[in-house]
Amino acid sequence: MSTIVEKLRQYSKPGYYDKFDYHWTMTIDLDRCTGCEACVVACQAENNLPIVGEERFAENREIKWIRIERYWEGEYPDIKMGFIPMLCQQCDDAPCETACPVYATYHNQDGLNTQIYNRCIGTRTCAVYCPYEVRYFNWFTYTWDEPLEQQLNPDVTVREKGVMEKCTFCIQRIRIAKDNAKDDNRRRVRDGEVVPACVQSCPTEALVFGNSNDPEAKVSKMMKSPRGYKVLEELHTTPSIVYLTKVQS
Amino acid sequence: MFDHGQPSYADVNKDIISTMLETGPKYWTLLGITVSVAGICFFMPWFYQLIVGVGAAGMNRNAVWGSYLSNFIFWIGLSHSGTLLSAVLHITNSPWRKAIYRSAEAMTLFSLMTAAMFVMVHLGRVWFVHWSFPIPNQMGLWPNFRSPLMFDVMAITTYLTASSIFIYMGSVPDFAAVRDASTGLRRRLYTIFSFGWRGTAREWHTLGWAYTFFAVFVIPLAVSVHSIVSWDFALSAVPGFHHTIFAPYFVTGAIYSGTAGIVTVMYCLRKFLNFERYIGQVHLDSLGKLLITLSLIWTYINILELFSTWYGGTSFELEALSFKLTGFYAPLYWEMLLFCAFVPLLMLFKKIRWSWNKMLVISILINIGMLTERFIIVATSQPRKFLPGAFGYYVPSWIEFSITVGSFAIFATLFLIFIKWVPAISLYEVKETLRPLRRDA
Repeated sequence: MSTIVEKLRQYSKPGYYDKFDYHWTMTIDLDRCTGCEACVVACQAENNLPIVGEERFAENREIKWIRIERYWEGEYPDIKMGFIPMLCQQCDDAPCETACPVYATYHNQDGLNTQIYNRCIGTRTCAVYCPYEVRYFNWFTYTWDEPLEQQLNPDVTVREKGVMEKCTFCIQRIRIAKDNAKDDNRRRVRDGEVVPACVQSCPTEALVFGNSNDPEAKVSKMMKSPRGYKVLEELHTTPSIVYLTKVQS
Repeated sequence: MFDHGQPSYADVNKDIISTMLETGPKYWTLLGITVSVAGICFFMPWFYQLIVGVGAAGMNRNAVWGSYLSNFIFWIGLSHSGTLLSAVLHITNSPWRKAIYRSAEAMTLFSLMTAAMFVMVHLGRVWFVHWSFPIPNQMGLWPNFRSPLMFDVMAITTYLTASSIFIYMGSVPDFAAVRDASTGLRRRLYTIFSFGWRGTAREWHTLGWAYTFFAVFVIPLAVSVHSIVSWDFALSAVPGFHHTIFAPYFVTGAIYSGTAGIVTVMYCLRKFLNFERYIGQVHLDSLGKLLITLSLIWTYINILELFSTWYGGTSFELEALSFKLTGFYAPLYWEMLLFCAFVPLLMLFKKIRWSWNKMLVISILINIGMLTERFIIVATSQPRKFLPGAFGYYVPSWIEFSITVGSFAIFATLFLIFIKWVPAISLYEVKETLRPLRRDA
């Protein structure tokens, strides 16, 4: 009993959540982004995303952890097209986390919004609550045609029907980097050691990933840019992804 | 109170218990139909869906909640009139409650069970549904008590337990009456059911005290259940869901549709069990007046919801509002307004309120309207959330339609089984409403 009380007291201490080592953050420079969708393909390959097929795609049941969202501004003929890469914002005050009745989604000590496939019972509440609509449901159990099953990533689970999934910031790569750091007797992962698939594949380096608790990290410097903004910030979800707005001439 | 002359105490026993003891071919045919419809329309599509995945239904990325959840709310709503109405009318001492409350409470029980079935149908991996209960396990995993769905699990199980106890406790003297009127195995069964009820003054006193206690206990519970169901929606930030009015809105809607459901069930009981003597104009008239009141409150809250959305004026809310009023599902919205706000006004006329057939039609229309109301809430808000890139809509698949039809058959099956096991009209409380007999009579 006393240990529980101690633990609770510890949790209620202000700053408890700050003492964690990492806060994984991404910046997306919209001025550099060309909308080429290389990140979308890389994510598909890295994270064993199912190939749902043409029919399911038409039913709006595709699974793309990162997508390029297109939108229009103004009325024809004075119309402008814009686009924005949209992925899980790894919110610090995530609406999805409070919604799950079985804790299948929770906040881990790295500031990541994790999804535990084995615990998910498929109420889909998290997807309803998510303002960014970046949670994807497995409506069916998908299979990979030969020889595509050969390219499945052994570090990532293949999900079955009835399970919610979403961007993990390539948590498998974070784990490997942490393990390597531990083997080298380093306390922290070095900046640039963790590179998610989307960041790795970006030809224009529009995406920058790193630990924003480290003031020297590239991402921390990018975040300070006056062009920075967060999507739907007014909802106070405190996202971990900072977008750098396009420079208009 | 009674349309066809006052029955004697013995008549009451005979009329009502005979519906339990004598089972004709009509009953078996009806039961056969409901069981097979439930099997074919509900369970077979559901098993198909279990095998292939929830994708068998029409839901997609824009609307991950669909008709299963709206049906769930509908059935929870239908459950509201029974126990709540019975309890409120009990503590306000309304004599017209006595003939109808037993079947109304049974309605509560069975619609709660049907609602629970929809939770199962809704879940992606229903075989792990027990994880939403706080069952101790070796992993030390616990449900998330911050989740409104968790509140739901708690509220509904509590309500189901309390309603079951409430209806059982009220039936104990009637079980004793059945025991005394039957022989053989049935007699032995009802001896157990009636807990050896003898009808002493002390037993009546205890029953009355306990019943009133439970009535008071159940009222806040019933109000909380549908408030909590509404929080599943209102606690999200989704435009169209995120309204503080949702809890009273849902509770009013629930009582409204439940009361209309009572009218429908009363009609059927009168027709098929020949209860014309016990369920009369006074009940219909009172239910009609209640329905008008509820419909006016419901309409008021609806106007309020539109107004506060418009007055709030955020672009997200306005987008969701215009989709609701003019978008893909707009015809359903206007149908709902017609059935739930305008048609019930006809009941202001006594001529309509006093006609069983007209009231049946109105009560069914109200429930169709309420079913679509729940569907509109679920289906019009999600596809218009925040990001225009994810706008869309969803159309239910044939499996969802079939399961919706099947759920009514499940409800009917449970009700048909109920009327053979429990007196559908409370014997002893109907007797309380009779004029006292003269000693020499």
